[in-house]
Amino acid sequence: MSEFFTVSVLVATLASGIRLATPYLFAALGETVGQRSGVLNLGVDGVMLLGAFFAHWTALETGNLWLAVLVGLATGLVMGGIYALITLYFKAEQGISGIGIFLFGLGFSDLMFEVKIGSPKFTKQLPDVDIPFLADIPEIGELFSQSLLTYGAFIMVPAVALLLRRTTFGMNVRAVGENPQAADSLGVSVNRVRLTTILIGNSMAGVAGAALVLEAKVFQPNLTQGLGFIAVALVYFGAWRPLYVMAGALLYGLVQATVIRWKVLDIISREFSDIAAMAPAVLTVVALIVLAGRVQAPSALTKPFERH
Amino acid sequence: MQRIVGAVVPLLAAVAAFLCAAIILLFLGASPWEGFTALVDGAFGDVNSLSQTAVRATPLLLVGAGISISFRASVINIGGEGQIVAGALLSTIVALNFPDVPRPLLIPAVMLAGVIGGGFWGAIPGVLKAYASVNEILSTIMLNIVAVQFLNYMLRSPLIDPREIEAGTRIPQTERLSDNAALPTLIDGTRLHLGVPIAIAAAVLAYVVLWRTPLGFRLRAVGHSPDAAKAAGIPVKRSIVAALAMSGAMCGLAGAILVFGSEGQRLITDGTSAGFTGSAGFNGIVAALFGGLHPLWTIPSSFLFGGLLTGATSLQRALQVPAAMAVALNGIVVVFVVSSGRVRERINAMVDARKEFDRATNDDPPPPTHEPVEAPA
Repeated sequence: MSEFFTVSVLVATLASGIRLATPYLFAALGETVGQRSGVLNLGVDGVMLLGAFFAHWTALETGNLWLAVLVGLATGLVMGGIYALITLYFKAEQGISGIGIFLFGLGFSDLMFEVKIGSPKFTKQLPDVDIPFLADIPEIGELFSQSLLTYGAFIMVPAVALLLRRTTFGMNVRAVGENPQAADSLGVSVNRVRLTTILIGNSMAGVAGAALVLEAKVFQPNLTQGLGFIAVALVYFGAWRPLYVMAGALLYGLVQATVIRWKVLDIISREFSDIAAMAPAVLTVVALIVLAGRVQAPSALTKPFERH
Repeated sequence: MQRIVGAVVPLLAAVAAFLCAAIILLFLGASPWEGFTALVDGAFGDVNSLSQTAVRATPLLLVGAGISISFRASVINIGGEGQIVAGALLSTIVALNFPDVPRPLLIPAVMLAGVIGGGFWGAIPGVLKAYASVNEILSTIMLNIVAVQFLNYMLRSPLIDPREIEAGTRIPQTERLSDNAALPTLIDGTRLHLGVPIAIAAAVLAYVVLWRTPLGFRLRAVGHSPDAAKAAGIPVKRSIVAALAMSGAMCGLAGAILVFGSEGQRLITDGTSAGFTGSAGFNGIVAALFGGLHPLWTIPSSFLFGGLLTGATSLQRALQVPAAMAVALNGIVVVFVVSSGRVRERINAMVDARKEFDRATNDDPPPPTHEPVEAPA
């Protein structure tokens, strides 16, 4: 255990925890925006898989990693359009249609991978960029040498918070999520607001997939292994507030990084690391129990809007 | 008319899903016609493929019937994957500990262990929802992840085949389980085993419980209106736990059947739940939705989706279209089925409007409901 508690190892673990939190953060922040407007999207995992596959394919074909991120975003936009059609126009049950989107994403990304790529092929990784001065601090400089996508994810935290709190659009989002009838009577187009939040949420899920696959450098079927579902849970965990959602995402990234590090350092046995792999999900269930009844979900969550 | 619309809309959803499949096939450079022929032939072509389809349909049917129970109580159970794993684990442990119990006792025992394991894993989100108001969609999904990691742990350490450790290969699997627990084959030379009739019986039982017992009545009452049910003195919380426990029990039975109906006669993991369950916990939702969330209609519906899974395998052989196609198609079917409620509403509204229009524009008085009585001459 003593070899874990050295500054360099702790800092390295913290740094990789921050890196691992990136896809959670993108996906969960996007889901936060959607849920604040009253739309639950359980299909995040499927959208992430699709975003990851198309980003990976783009990176393999063109070698351009930023184009790959853009393609991940575009994939999310397309899926967002479909999800909006399903939930806003057809007013389908959101929990179930999300599972439909998940299954489609799981199957279609697998199918495309086998047809278009076939065997594991590696891409380059997004380069780390040093933050001037901060990265030069001795001992902890490593924390400030991350990929631009990771910085982007953390910049999204205040950005989403400001969007929801300080802009007219954000006020509309919250109004639509709490009391769509009242918002409608004041001339806010409920479905147009929700369309926008669905598009934002899904494109962020697409970027989350791209971030995941560019970090892993290789795609495989079911790459996410439920990460998207955990991102949805993080929104509850974070009580629909971007800052708390970020805390949750960081916690998950850190737990994951610590377990990996302990395994590498042989501090824990293989058996224990299998047990530790349950930690994030167990943690989520415990958090849900603690938070249930203490935090209030947006009142109109999962309820389609019907004008009376 | 309304009834006809009700029956036609799911079919339209299926047709729309197949159109999507045709587009995907075209896009992959395969002929849709050849594709569908290979699929149907592979799924329903001969006795062998029909038995294979029935075997693949078994977990879908059990999960689907179980999900119908929970949905009738307005509880969404997305925890099928985890409950299947829990049932499989407990039944495997029973078979490992009592290998010499005679067959007529051991088979019921391992099936019961599956029911208990799945029921327990299902009851957890039930208790959490009823007594701590934890959203069951999230808790069931998280419990899926917990269950599969626990399966990995159990198969890598306590339950691993001792020979795997000796040989140093350490494949995460149990030793070959007792033959006394193996589900007997019903038709020689095919894969059709006792699990298929067990599943059908369980689905019928689910129907009977839901519509012919006080417990089922309570569940459906809670599903219609928890407030009204509470006012009528129905224990709402206990009913929610019961709904999820029963739903989980059906999934757990599916897990036991998956283990003891498998060719290898052992529990093995590839690290994901789909590797063992074939995503039956999710695909069963599709079968249940397509069967209108009715346990009896889920029987033909799951046979159809079992056929899709077997057919996809021969599609892969014939046209090199990956079998993952079936998963994608399942997703598309879900989306179309859940979207079709709106279509049904729209069509019904159109029919009503049409009648209204006819009445309003028709100069003739509306036809009398009874023949006027002729005055006697």
